Amino acid sequence: MSDLLHTISVLVEDRPGVLTRIAGLFAARGFNIDSLAVGATEQSGVSRMTIVINLEDKSLEQVTKQLNKLVNVIKIIEHDPGSAVERELMLVKVRAEGDVRARVMEIADVFRVNVVDVTHDTLTLEAAGKSEKLEALLGLLRDFGIVELSRTGRIALGRGDRGIKDRTLKVAKDA
Amino acid sequence: MTFKGADAVLKALEQEGVEVIFGIPGGASMPIYDPLVDRSPIRHVLCRHEQGAGHAAEGYAWATGKVGVCMATSGPGATNLVTPLADAKMDSVPIVALTGQVPTPVVGNDAFQEADITGITIPVTKHNFLVKRPEDIVETIREAFHIASTGRPGPVLVDLPKDVLNADVEYVWPEKINLPGYRPTTKGNNRQVSEAVKLILAAERPVLYVGGGVIKADAAPELLELASTGRLPVVTTLMARGAFPDSNELCLGMPGMHGNYTAVTAMQRADLLVALGARFDDRVTGKLSAFAPNAKIVHVDVDPAEIGKNRAVDVPIVGDCKDVIAKLAHELAKRQGEGGAPDRSAWIGQLDEWRRKYPLRYGQEPDRLKPQYCVERLRALADDDTICVSGVGQHQMHAAQYWRFEKPRHWINSGGLGTMGFAVPAAMGAKVGQPDKRVVAIDGDGCFQMTAQELATSNTEKIPFITAILNNGYLGMVRQWQELFFDERYSGVYLNPDVPDYVKLAEAYGAVGMRVDSPEEVDAAIEKAYAVEDRSVVIDFRVDPREGVFPMVPAGASNDEIILGPEFAPHETPGEAPIV
Repeated sequence: MSDLLHTISVLVEDRPGVLTRIAGLFAARGFNIDSLAVGATEQSGVSRMTIVINLEDKSLEQVTKQLNKLVNVIKIIEHDPGSAVERELMLVKVRAEGDVRARVMEIADVFRVNVVDVTHDTLTLEAAGKSEKLEALLGLLRDFGIVELSRTGRIALGRGDRGIKDRTLKVAKDA
Repeated sequence: MTFKGADAVLKALEQEGVEVIFGIPGGASMPIYDPLVDRSPIRHVLCRHEQGAGHAAEGYAWATGKVGVCMATSGPGATNLVTPLADAKMDSVPIVALTGQVPTPVVGNDAFQEADITGITIPVTKHNFLVKRPEDIVETIREAFHIASTGRPGPVLVDLPKDVLNADVEYVWPEKINLPGYRPTTKGNNRQVSEAVKLILAAERPVLYVGGGVIKADAAPELLELASTGRLPVVTTLMARGAFPDSNELCLGMPGMHGNYTAVTAMQRADLLVALGARFDDRVTGKLSAFAPNAKIVHVDVDPAEIGKNRAVDVPIVGDCKDVIAKLAHELAKRQGEGGAPDRSAWIGQLDEWRRKYPLRYGQEPDRLKPQYCVERLRALADDDTICVSGVGQHQMHAAQYWRFEKPRHWINSGGLGTMGFAVPAAMGAKVGQPDKRVVAIDGDGCFQMTAQELATSNTEKIPFITAILNNGYLGMVRQWQELFFDERYSGVYLNPDVPDYVKLAEAYGAVGMRVDSPEEVDAAIEKAYAVEDRSVVIDFRVDPREGVFPMVPAGASNDEIILGPEFAPHETPGEAPIV
């Protein structure tokens, strides 16, 4: 994984327009989003966004400080890849006619991914895992021809017994 | 108690201490106008353009420290507020904008006079709200004022659909504000304060770099205490003129692109800059990599995102300037009491020498009226309580340079956004907020024509102020850049000093109009203008169009490349200023 990519989790109030506020801030300040996944949390009224940021010439500190200024943003943490569980879900429809089918099934088996739809000419696979695993799988499937691909973007939880609310963000913590 | 939604809005504004709304009604906002007839004590000032209403709310906020309120209807009324909102965002001015919206069932339906104003204004507001349920009105107004006025102040917009305003609602004032994502840090960390004081005591060439945050925090007394305690020289940025008295011997004046030599060079040669509510804006730093190359940085700001944004910081302190500066002054006095105060005489001696050699200077010619002279005389004939307001351009820089500022909240201008047309409506708002003080708008002829229609508001609503147009017939600042950087190829800058006839225009608006062509006429005209109390006055000063603003650091250049201007002979031009 590139050093420029950072994964942050952002707790936000589940209000209309909150996604626009965050997307707009990234666009206006020239921050690049690699992926963004949003969903509900254990607490009603609070959503969690997992954002993978491509930093290039920007500092993560500026990204988190600017995000923190949004009134609907409750909390931000950065995930250290070594101490977080990071997963992504992918659905991929692969061309698999005739005897190619067996080779695709074999790869699916090795990667422990599920076949979720079958037609005469294609197989649709459901793969979950780290982005690197999904990339490796895609690299192999490309040889057969990919008809369609959909990915959720990364989600992440810190390892250990603490929740996001008990963690502090080292970069955004100031005096 | 049950109210109509519109009555609840006004009742909530009343509870927030609102005295005045600057606005223009329209279809969607009409429900709010009915209670204004006899059920609400709040004054409504009917403006002639929503941009004027927005800038008036800003002028009111600048002059009083309170939240200014403006109001517009849906669609075009609301979009006309975008410029003042952006202005208030850049300059951290606390205003609340109320907009009417089409009824909720047709929101998103391209209804008549519909605009997605919350979507449009996300980037130019601190926060905004669309109130979809009548029961949310009061809580939302409360939150809007809280957000606008705390932390780093800024504009908040509340969009109110017509059916929400017409609905019945139980009026309940929320005792607590529930904003889990909004908790500004206002108290400075004591350990960081102590680290900062260590740097101040160790510094040989310290400068206090004072920005608009000091005025927003009402921290001028604390600043005076800190500077006096440590004998620390002070520069006040465009946003901070008046935060420290210009007459104080420690005041070096304004730094930046058109700052004076001593203020600019003091920062360049400093070994410590203590930034107080300032944001290392490009107009102050010049070429960032060459800015104050030997200075350590203490940065105090209520907005953590400003700290380290442009310049790496040695001691960051997040907090309200009033709290942090008081702590710095206290800690510094204590440490100096124990270990003695550093000797600042060499540094202050060097600064005095620069001040003597390279003061602000302009050429006096008997037959030509100089804009700087007009500003000097407008100031000389006014008292320290006079509020000076400006637009954007050459006249603004001349006002910032040549007006002597003694008190905070007596200088009002558009800094960050650089909004031409700011002066007239902002002066009107300032006069509403400070009716007992004289308000003088120093404006350019280009700026004046963008918002002059608020003179109609001023004379109808009895809000008298003085507008001094420094009329050079040009968009002067652009002209100056074309002169210096485009080989005097003037393009799109000539306005014509005679059209409109500003005296007749003033009179048409019910104001007193005067014209001044020569230096001898200046004082008499100003004295006459200052004596008028029942109407606004416009003075058309016909100033020399060739006059530029100097000193000047060209855009993108290092502050070491400051150009003193034509009034300094080549042999007077300073070389590389040595570090003493």
